[in-house]
Amino acid sequence: MGNTVLLIEDEPNIIEAISFILARDGWQVKTHSNGHDAIRAVREHDPDLIILDVMLPGKSGYEILEQIRADPDYGEISVLMLTARGQVKDREMAERAGVSRYMTKPFSNADVLHAVRALAGP
Amino acid sequence: MSGEAGPVFLQRRTYRRRRLKDAARLLPFLGAILFSVPLLWQGTPEAPTRTSSVMLYLFVVWAGLAGLSAVISRHLDDDQDDDTHQGDPPERP
Amino acid sequence: MATLNLLVVVCILYVALLFAVAFAADRAARAGRITWLRSPIVYTLSLSIYCTAWTFYGAVGFAARSGLEYLTIYLGPTLVMIGWWWTLRKMVRIGRSQRITSIADMISSRYGKSNLLAVFVTLLAVIGTTPYIALQLQSVTLSVATFARNDLTTTVVPDRDSTALLVAVGLTLFTILFGTRNLDANERHHGVVMAIALEAVVKLFALLAVGAFVVWGMSDGISATLARIDASEIAEWRVPGSRWVGLTMLAAAAFLCLPRMFQVMVVENEDERHLRTASWAFPAYVMLMSLFVVPIAAVGLDLLPSAANPDMFVLTLPLLAGQDGLAILSFLGGFSSATSMVIVAAIALSTMVSNHIVMPIWLYATGGSAMVSGDVRSVALRARRLSIAGVVVLGYLYFRVSGGGTALAAIGLVSFAGVAQFLPALMGGLFWRGATRAGALAGLLAGFVIWLYCLFLPSFGPSVVLPQTVLDHGLFGFSWLRPQALFGAAGMDGVVHAVMWSMLLNTAAFIIVSLLSFPRPIERLQGAQFVNVFQHSGTRGSWTGGLAQSEDLLIMSQRIIGARDAQAFFSAAARRQGIGGYLPEPSPDFLQDLERELSGSVGAATAHAMVSQIMGGATVSVEDLMAVADETAQIMEYSNRLEAKSEEQARTARQLREANQKLTQLSVQKDAFLSQVSHELRTPMTSIRAFSEILRDTEELSASDQAKYASIIHDETVRLTRLLDDLLMLSVLESGQVTLNNQHGSLSAMLDRAVAATGGTTEALRIHRDRSTEDIHLHTDLDRLAQVFINLITNARKYCDAQEPELSISAKNDNGILIVDFIDNGSGIAMDHQDVIFEKFSRVGDLKASGAGLGLAICREIMARLGGTITYLPGQGGAAFRVSLPLEARLAAQ
Repeated sequence: MGNTVLLIEDEPNIIEAISFILARDGWQVKTHSNGHDAIRAVREHDPDLIILDVMLPGKSGYEILEQIRADPDYGEISVLMLTARGQVKDREMAERAGVSRYMTKPFSNADVLHAVRALAGP
Repeated sequence: MSGEAGPVFLQRRTYRRRRLKDAARLLPFLGAILFSVPLLWQGTPEAPTRTSSVMLYLFVVWAGLAGLSAVISRHLDDDQDDDTHQGDPPERP
Repeated sequence: MATLNLLVVVCILYVALLFAVAFAADRAARAGRITWLRSPIVYTLSLSIYCTAWTFYGAVGFAARSGLEYLTIYLGPTLVMIGWWWTLRKMVRIGRSQRITSIADMISSRYGKSNLLAVFVTLLAVIGTTPYIALQLQSVTLSVATFARNDLTTTVVPDRDSTALLVAVGLTLFTILFGTRNLDANERHHGVVMAIALEAVVKLFALLAVGAFVVWGMSDGISATLARIDASEIAEWRVPGSRWVGLTMLAAAAFLCLPRMFQVMVVENEDERHLRTASWAFPAYVMLMSLFVVPIAAVGLDLLPSAANPDMFVLTLPLLAGQDGLAILSFLGGFSSATSMVIVAAIALSTMVSNHIVMPIWLYATGGSAMVSGDVRSVALRARRLSIAGVVVLGYLYFRVSGGGTALAAIGLVSFAGVAQFLPALMGGLFWRGATRAGALAGLLAGFVIWLYCLFLPSFGPSVVLPQTVLDHGLFGFSWLRPQALFGAAGMDGVVHAVMWSMLLNTAAFIIVSLLSFPRPIERLQGAQFVNVFQHSGTRGSWTGGLAQSEDLLIMSQRIIGARDAQAFFSAAARRQGIGGYLPEPSPDFLQDLERELSGSVGAATAHAMVSQIMGGATVSVEDLMAVADETAQIMEYSNRLEAKSEEQARTARQLREANQKLTQLSVQKDAFLSQVSHELRTPMTSIRAFSEILRDTEELSASDQAKYASIIHDETVRLTRLLDDLLMLSVLESGQVTLNNQHGSLSAMLDRAVAATGGTTEALRIHRDRSTEDIHLHTDLDRLAQVFINLITNARKYCDAQEPELSISAKNDNGILIVDFIDNGSGIAMDHQDVIFEKFSRVGDLKASGAGLGLAICREIMARLGGTITYLPGQGGAAFRVSLPLEARLAAQ
């Protein structure tokens, strides 16, 4: 199991923060910041884990998740979803789309690390 | 309508007026019946009904009917022409 | 012994008094002092023309022959009078509202203003009344002759015929003088009515005086008189039930149908309320009139020779007792009875004859144009005067021909039975909407024929008109057609027999033909107005305006009702329509009123014909047909109401649906808004939390990293604050709770301020302005307007995607409206986004921006508060916004 994480997020400050945290924990962090070609970025970087924001310019996180799940190569990949919307129905939509883990912003850095570690798993 | 006790008073008045109209309508029938009564007085060959008694009866009835008609028409209100109006409007308070 | 000469002198004086009274009453009425003239008592007394010479003389004769049977003649009218609420009230109301001039007019008017019907009723009335007038003449001659026989000073017995002729001429003169002063029958004959009221008093007083004299002067008081009755030929109560009931009903019917009764009761009626008094006073009057009849008859039978004519007992008893004064009074009573009847009957009949026979013929003969040929008014008056003379002459001729042989009462009953034929048509017309003209004609015809055959012709005696063989064996030898035993009904009393069959077949024909025929629209219209007169006394009628020339109508009306009255009527109508002058629009209402006004003078049928000539024959419109079909109208109204109700329900449902949709939409918007707010708040918080944790938990951070992360935290808190500020401002703006702080200032200064606040013109955004256009003075909330400008410049700074971003700001004053355009050189906003950019949180494109998407929403709200607008200008080569604001201070906000 590799240690490459693909972070798809559009807020530059949040990208910087998560990159910093994960890098310090020994992860290789790749970033991508829009929804249009997210799936191409996935192929390009061939990550072990994806951290996906819900509100992205161009395409929503749910759609990207569905594409990933439908992809023959990456259908089984673990996806951690981050959302700034805290409503129940958002969580339900994410679960329907096949999310592995779901976190609401703002999160604590420790939680993100734990989640990534758990998802990257054994 | 004015005053608290007004409606009750007027309703009673209205009721009375309706009955007066009924009386005015029935009066000719009463008269016809009363005027026909002497026809029942057949008498007997020995004691035939006398003209004078029938005459007295008829004139008494006649005067009575005229009097009754006077009483009824005097109390019928002037503006009570419209039979079909359900709620009779109060005229004078 | 009273001398004939004295009688003649008294008689002439009495007539002179009558003329004086009539003249005075007419003058008083003309001077407007009519209140006392037309009291309910005068009305009641005028009704007493029902009591003619037949009552005055004939009742005693009747009683001497048949006992109490004479009472039926008064009991019938008594029942009608005390039952006034049923019929008389309605007849009077209709007569007044439709300006009815006679019974013929009433029936004709009810059945669609049919002149044929009017002619028929008129003829029947003339035939029925002529013998009655003859009867009055006969009674006067008889009474004069009775006096002459008693007068020992002279052996001259005045010629019967010349006496009658003299009386006839005198009556004709009186009637013409006082009966045709006014053409309009609704302008009452005050003089005539007053004279007959006086005569009513005289005849009642005379009869009561004779009666009192007979009871107390000749018979020793009441009990003695009663004893004398018990001892007389009429002591026994032997009235057959059929005659008792039949004659009562006949008298009741005649009371309603007699032309003269209709004249005084309906046409001369001044006030409906007079009926109230008459309802008891008239029964009382006729009761008093008949009170002493039996005593006089009994005493007369007892004291006078058996050859004496019982019809003259009223006169002969005082003469026998030597009471000359009382005898003369009695004569005056009889004279009054006879003359008042003839006068009123002549007026009533002449109105009918002139309105329904002479005028139509004259109209026809003059080419049917009431306008072109002479003065209708004078023609109508002349027709009426001639008719009066004609009616009286007819009565005189009948008197001469018949020889006055039969008993007075017999003629009276024949006449009653004749006019009673009007009853089914009259009552049916008042109470049954389904009665038709054809039915009325059929009923009248059937009744008339049977009356003629069974009663009128046989009344002349055997072999005078009807041969004896017909009387014995029936017409054409059919025994079931025997006049006095029709359909085998032998053994009945002649009068009852004729009344029964005529009324039965009359009513049957009337009902059956009415049921089978279909009324014309105008019949249905009139039917509705008659039957429902109390619901709509002022209903609208049968004319539609448009074609009629008001001027022609005025010319015609002037000739009928006189120039002054016609002009007054027309100008009043014009005023009601809001027009000056004398010519109103020929609206249906006006034509209806006019026709009614004219019908008061010439009768409904003639008036209708005259107006319809001018109207070009347009009689009944589609609207009227609708109105006629009252039932239809009601049903339609009902269904309309239902329709309206269901429409209303549908409308309510629609409104509810819309409200629901709006609520749902609002709820969705609210959810979306909350979701957006949540997102916008959480995003900077995420950065803040993440970096503050990094700063806290990471020990070996470089100083530069520390500074960088701290400044990120700082920026994000600034962003949060700005977001909160924007939200608050938007909330305030949207709720309308904005207080505008209006100040004076110049546009140029404001733009300077806005540009400076957004960082001035830099490499990141070059701002072009044309200062020469910016010299515009403003009076508005400068701070808020500046906010709009700032937001727009900030937007350009954020979103302009050109290599060298530029923003040009231009201003102009367009007819009092300030217009400021902000146009950048970017790629602009795609068409499908242009209408959402002003919504909250709408951010277009994938450009990174720090705004929450509230800027333009705030701009829109501010501009709305300031009374202006902000719009996106397409097709400017870049993103272009136009701010427009009226320079005049008419602001939307409070």
